[in-house]
Amino acid sequence: MNTAFYIAAAVAILSTLMVITRYNIMHALLYLIVSFMAIAVIFFIYGAPYMAVLELIIYAGAIMVLIIFFVMMLNLGAETAVQEKSWMTPRIWFGPALLSVILLSELWYLFYTEPATPFEVKTIDPKAVGTSLFTTYLITAELAAMLLMAGIVGAYHLGRQKKKIQHRFLEQSEE
Amino acid sequence: MKETSLQAGLILAGILFCLGLLSLLIRRNFIFMLLSVEIMLNAAGLAFVLAGARWGQPDGQVMFLFILAMAAAEVSVGLALILQLYHQLKSTDSDAATRLKDEP
Repeated sequence: MNTAFYIAAAVAILSTLMVITRYNIMHALLYLIVSFMAIAVIFFIYGAPYMAVLELIIYAGAIMVLIIFFVMMLNLGAETAVQEKSWMTPRIWFGPALLSVILLSELWYLFYTEPATPFEVKTIDPKAVGTSLFTTYLITAELAAMLLMAGIVGAYHLGRQKKKIQHRFLEQSEE
Repeated sequence: MKETSLQAGLILAGILFCLGLLSLLIRRNFIFMLLSVEIMLNAAGLAFVLAGARWGQPDGQVMFLFILAMAAAEVSVGLALILQLYHQLKSTDSDAATRLKDEP
Protein backbone atom coordinates (compact mmCIF):
# COMPACT_ATOMS: atom_id res chain seq x y z
CA MET A 1 0.00 0.00 0.00
CA ASN A 2 2.95 2.30 0.60
CA THR A 3 4.17 1.74 -2.95
CA ALA A 4 0.74 2.56 -4.33
CA PHE A 5 0.65 5.70 -2.21
CA TYR A 6 4.05 6.90 -3.36
CA ILE A 7 3.27 6.26 -7.03
CA ALA A 8 -0.02 8.16 -6.78
CA ALA A 9 1.69 10.97 -4.86
CA ALA A 10 4.42 11.25 -7.50
CA VAL A 11 1.81 11.40 -10.26
CA ALA A 12 -0.13 14.07 -8.35
CA ILE A 13 2.94 16.25 -7.76
CA LEU A 14 4.26 15.85 -11.31
CA SER A 15 0.94 16.65 -12.95
CA THR A 16 0.42 19.66 -10.66
CA LEU A 17 3.90 20.87 -11.61
CA MET A 18 2.90 20.51 -15.25
CA VAL A 19 -0.27 22.54 -14.52
CA ILE A 20 1.65 25.46 -13.12
CA THR A 21 4.25 25.49 -15.88
CA ARG A 22 2.07 25.11 -19.00
CA TYR A 23 1.51 28.11 -21.24
CA ASN A 24 -1.53 26.71 -23.03
CA ILE A 25 -4.49 26.73 -20.65
CA MET A 26 -6.13 23.67 -22.19
CA HIS A 27 -3.03 21.56 -21.52
CA ALA A 28 -2.98 22.82 -17.93
CA LEU A 29 -6.63 21.83 -17.46
CA LEU A 30 -6.03 18.33 -18.78
CA TYR A 31 -3.02 17.89 -16.47
CA LEU A 32 -5.14 19.12 -13.58
CA ILE A 33 -7.64 16.33 -14.30
CA VAL A 34 -4.78 13.82 -14.03
CA SER A 35 -3.79 15.39 -10.71
CA PHE A 36 -7.35 15.05 -9.37
CA MET A 37 -7.43 11.40 -10.44
CA ALA A 38 -4.17 10.72 -8.58
CA ILE A 39 -5.64 12.36 -5.47
CA ALA A 40 -8.73 10.18 -5.86
CA VAL A 41 -6.43 7.14 -5.74
CA ILE A 42 -4.91 8.49 -2.53
CA PHE A 43 -8.38 8.90 -1.01
CA PHE A 44 -9.08 5.30 -1.93
CA ILE A 45 -5.86 4.15 -0.27
CA TYR A 46 -6.69 6.06 2.91
CA GLY A 47 -10.08 4.37 3.23
CA ALA A 48 -12.36 7.02 1.77
CA PRO A 49 -13.90 5.39 -1.35
CA TYR A 50 -16.93 7.71 -1.34
CA MET A 51 -14.71 10.79 -1.44
CA ALA A 52 -12.62 9.23 -4.21
CA VAL A 53 -15.73 8.81 -6.34
CA LEU A 54 -16.94 12.33 -5.53
CA GLU A 55 -13.52 13.73 -6.40
CA LEU A 56 -13.77 12.08 -9.80
CA ILE A 57 -17.38 13.02 -10.48
CA ILE A 58 -17.48 16.57 -9.13
CA TYR A 59 -13.89 17.87 -9.39
CA ALA A 60 -12.52 16.00 -12.42
CA GLY A 61 -15.93 15.73 -14.02
CA ALA A 62 -18.18 18.68 -13.36
CA ILE A 63 -15.88 21.55 -12.34
CA MET A 64 -13.13 20.84 -14.87
CA VAL A 65 -15.64 20.36 -17.71
CA LEU A 66 -17.23 23.67 -16.71
CA ILE A 67 -13.87 25.45 -16.94
CA ILE A 68 -12.97 23.69 -20.21
CA PHE A 69 -16.24 24.78 -21.79
CA PHE A 70 -15.68 28.29 -20.46
CA VAL A 71 -12.22 28.43 -22.06
CA MET A 72 -13.65 27.12 -25.32
CA MET A 73 -16.38 29.77 -25.15
CA LEU A 74 -13.83 32.57 -24.69
CA ASN A 75 -11.97 31.17 -27.73
CA LEU A 76 -8.66 32.68 -26.63
CA GLY A 77 -6.45 31.49 -29.48
CA ALA A 78 -2.75 30.78 -29.78
CA GLU A 79 -1.52 34.29 -29.01
CA THR A 80 -2.51 33.96 -25.33
CA ALA A 81 -0.02 31.07 -24.97
CA VAL A 82 2.70 33.31 -26.41
CA GLN A 83 1.65 36.11 -24.06
CA GLU A 84 1.68 33.68 -21.14
CA LYS A 85 5.18 32.59 -22.13
CA SER A 86 6.40 36.18 -22.16
CA TRP A 87 5.05 36.67 -18.61
CA MET A 88 6.80 33.63 -17.15
CA THR A 89 10.29 35.04 -16.77
CA PRO A 90 12.59 33.83 -13.97
CA ARG A 91 12.44 37.33 -12.51
CA ILE A 92 8.70 36.81 -11.97
CA TRP A 93 8.68 33.33 -10.50
CA PHE A 94 11.95 33.18 -8.56
CA GLY A 95 10.90 35.21 -5.49
CA PRO A 96 7.52 33.52 -4.88
CA ALA A 97 9.08 30.10 -5.53
CA LEU A 98 11.80 30.74 -2.95
CA LEU A 99 9.27 31.88 -0.34
CA SER A 100 6.99 28.88 -1.02
CA VAL A 101 9.90 26.48 -0.70
CA ILE A 102 10.89 28.07 2.62
CA LEU A 103 7.34 27.68 3.96
CA LEU A 104 7.15 24.11 2.69
CA SER A 105 10.45 23.13 4.30
CA GLU A 106 9.27 24.59 7.59
CA LEU A 107 6.12 22.50 7.35
CA TRP A 108 8.20 19.46 6.49
CA TYR A 109 10.45 20.04 9.50
CA LEU A 110 7.42 20.42 11.80
CA PHE A 111 5.88 17.18 10.59
CA TYR A 112 9.06 15.15 10.96
CA THR A 113 10.13 16.40 14.38
CA GLU A 114 7.04 14.71 15.84
CA PRO A 115 7.39 10.93 16.19
CA ALA A 116 5.33 8.99 13.68
CA THR A 117 2.28 7.24 15.08
CA PRO A 118 1.33 4.36 12.78
CA PHE A 119 -2.34 3.53 12.58
CA GLU A 120 -4.62 1.05 10.86
CA VAL A 121 -6.48 2.39 7.85
CA LYS A 122 -10.16 1.62 8.31
CA THR A 123 -12.46 1.98 5.33
CA ILE A 124 -15.30 4.37 6.10
CA ASP A 125 -18.30 3.49 3.99
CA PRO A 126 -20.68 6.08 2.48
CA LYS A 127 -23.35 5.14 4.99
CA ALA A 128 -21.26 6.38 7.93
CA VAL A 129 -20.49 9.61 6.06
CA GLY A 130 -24.16 10.15 5.23
CA THR A 131 -25.24 9.47 8.80
CA SER A 132 -22.71 11.95 10.12
CA LEU A 133 -23.66 14.51 7.47
CA PHE A 134 -27.36 14.46 8.27
CA THR A 135 -27.17 14.20 12.06
CA THR A 136 -24.08 15.90 13.51
CA TYR A 137 -23.46 18.29 10.63
CA LEU A 138 -27.08 18.97 9.64
CA ILE A 139 -26.86 22.74 10.08
CA THR A 140 -23.62 22.86 8.11
CA ALA A 141 -25.27 20.87 5.31
CA GLU A 142 -28.06 23.45 5.21
CA LEU A 143 -25.49 26.23 5.14
CA ALA A 144 -23.77 24.52 2.21
CA ALA A 145 -27.14 24.34 0.46
CA MET A 146 -27.62 28.08 1.01
CA LEU A 147 -24.11 28.72 -0.30
CA LEU A 148 -24.87 26.75 -3.47
CA MET A 149 -28.12 28.71 -3.88
CA ALA A 150 -26.18 31.97 -3.52
CA GLY A 151 -23.70 30.64 -6.07
CA ILE A 152 -26.48 29.93 -8.57
CA VAL A 153 -28.08 33.36 -8.10
CA GLY A 154 -24.71 35.12 -8.22
CA ALA A 155 -23.59 33.28 -11.35
CA TYR A 156 -26.89 34.04 -13.06
CA HIS A 157 -26.74 37.71 -12.11
CA LEU A 158 -23.12 38.19 -13.10
CA GLY A 159 -23.24 36.08 -16.22
CA ARG A 160 -26.25 37.88 -17.68
CA GLN A 161 -25.57 40.10 -20.65
CA LYS A 162 -26.32 43.72 -19.83
CA LYS A 163 -29.08 45.32 -21.88
CA LYS A 164 -27.87 48.18 -24.00
CA ILE A 165 -29.43 51.44 -22.86
CA GLN A 166 -31.18 53.10 -25.78
CA HIS A 167 -31.20 56.65 -24.45
CA ARG A 168 -29.13 59.26 -26.15
CA PHE A 169 -28.07 61.22 -23.04
CA LEU A 170 -27.16 58.08 -21.12
CA GLU A 171 -25.32 56.79 -24.18
CA GLN A 172 -23.33 60.01 -24.28
CA SER A 173 -22.43 59.96 -20.62
CA GLU A 174 -20.75 56.59 -21.09
CA GLU A 175 -17.25 56.83 -22.44
CA MET B 1 -5.59 -2.73 5.67
CA LYS B 2 -1.95 -2.42 6.60
CA GLU B 3 -0.40 -0.01 9.04
CA THR B 4 0.53 3.39 7.76
CA SER B 5 1.48 6.80 9.06
CA LEU B 6 0.05 10.18 8.30
CA GLN B 7 3.18 12.22 7.65
CA ALA B 8 3.76 11.36 4.00
CA GLY B 9 0.14 12.18 3.16
CA LEU B 10 0.22 15.49 5.01
CA ILE B 11 3.50 16.39 3.29
CA LEU B 12 1.84 15.63 -0.04
CA ALA B 13 -1.04 17.96 0.88
CA GLY B 14 1.53 20.62 1.85
CA ILE B 15 3.41 20.25 -1.42
CA LEU B 16 0.24 20.51 -3.48
CA PHE B 17 -0.88 23.56 -1.50
CA CYS B 18 2.49 25.24 -2.00
CA LEU B 19 2.37 24.50 -5.75
CA GLY B 20 -1.09 26.08 -5.94
CA LEU B 21 0.09 29.09 -3.93
CA LEU B 22 3.13 29.50 -6.18
CA SER B 23 0.96 29.32 -9.28
CA LEU B 24 -1.41 31.92 -7.81
CA LEU B 25 1.52 34.24 -7.12
CA ILE B 26 3.24 33.98 -10.49
CA ARG B 27 0.32 33.88 -12.92
CA ARG B 28 -1.38 36.93 -14.38
CA ASN B 29 -4.13 35.14 -16.28
CA PHE B 30 -7.49 35.12 -14.46
CA ILE B 31 -8.31 31.55 -15.47
CA PHE B 32 -4.95 30.26 -14.26
CA MET B 33 -5.48 32.05 -10.95
CA LEU B 34 -8.85 30.32 -10.56
CA LEU B 35 -7.18 26.98 -11.30
CA SER B 36 -4.57 27.61 -8.61
CA VAL B 37 -7.30 28.27 -6.07
CA GLU B 38 -8.81 24.93 -7.07
CA ILE B 39 -5.46 23.18 -6.47
CA MET B 40 -5.17 24.80 -3.04
CA LEU B 41 -8.73 23.88 -2.03
CA ASN B 42 -8.14 20.33 -3.14
CA ALA B 43 -4.96 20.10 -1.08
CA ALA B 44 -6.84 21.35 1.97
CA GLY B 45 -9.52 18.74 1.35
CA LEU B 46 -6.85 16.06 1.10
CA ALA B 47 -5.52 17.09 4.50
CA PHE B 48 -9.05 16.87 5.95
CA VAL B 49 -9.64 13.38 4.57
CA LEU B 50 -6.25 12.17 5.84
CA ALA B 51 -6.94 13.55 9.30
CA GLY B 52 -10.33 11.83 9.27
CA ALA B 53 -8.65 8.55 8.29
CA ARG B 54 -6.17 8.94 11.17
CA TRP B 55 -8.97 8.77 13.75
CA GLY B 56 -11.23 6.45 11.76
CA GLN B 57 -14.07 8.96 11.89
CA PRO B 58 -16.24 10.23 9.00
CA ASP B 59 -15.91 13.90 10.05
CA GLY B 60 -12.98 14.60 7.76
CA GLN B 61 -14.90 13.27 4.79
CA VAL B 62 -17.93 15.39 5.69
CA MET B 63 -15.66 18.44 5.72
CA PHE B 64 -14.36 17.44 2.29
CA LEU B 65 -17.95 17.36 1.06
CA PHE B 66 -18.40 20.96 2.23
CA ILE B 67 -15.15 21.98 0.55
CA LEU B 68 -16.45 20.38 -2.64
CA ALA B 69 -19.72 22.33 -2.44
CA MET B 70 -17.81 25.55 -1.75
CA ALA B 71 -15.45 24.93 -4.66
CA ALA B 72 -18.39 24.39 -7.00
CA ALA B 73 -20.08 27.63 -5.90
CA GLU B 74 -16.78 29.52 -6.07
CA VAL B 75 -16.01 28.29 -9.58
CA SER B 76 -19.42 29.24 -10.93
CA VAL B 77 -19.29 32.76 -9.48
CA GLY B 78 -15.61 33.16 -10.41
CA LEU B 79 -16.20 32.16 -14.01
CA ALA B 80 -19.13 34.59 -14.26
CA LEU B 81 -16.89 37.37 -12.91
CA ILE B 82 -14.12 36.48 -15.37
CA LEU B 83 -16.69 36.55 -18.19
CA GLN B 84 -17.78 40.05 -17.19
CA LEU B 85 -14.16 41.23 -16.94
CA TYR B 86 -13.41 39.69 -20.32
CA HIS B 87 -16.33 41.53 -21.90
CA GLN B 88 -15.07 44.81 -20.45
CA LEU B 89 -11.31 44.43 -20.91
CA LYS B 90 -11.15 42.09 -23.93
CA SER B 91 -8.36 40.12 -22.24
CA THR B 92 -7.81 37.73 -19.33
CA ASP B 93 -4.82 39.72 -18.05
CA SER B 94 -5.37 40.72 -14.44
CA ASP B 95 -3.07 43.72 -14.87
CA ALA B 96 -5.54 45.19 -17.37
CA ALA B 97 -8.08 45.77 -14.58
CA THR B 98 -6.62 49.05 -13.35
CA ARG B 99 -9.61 51.38 -13.27
CA LEU B 100 -9.36 51.80 -9.51
CA LYS B 101 -5.83 53.12 -9.89
CA ASP B 102 -5.28 56.83 -9.33
CA GLU B 103 -4.66 58.94 -12.37
CA PRO B 104 -1.04 60.09 -12.42
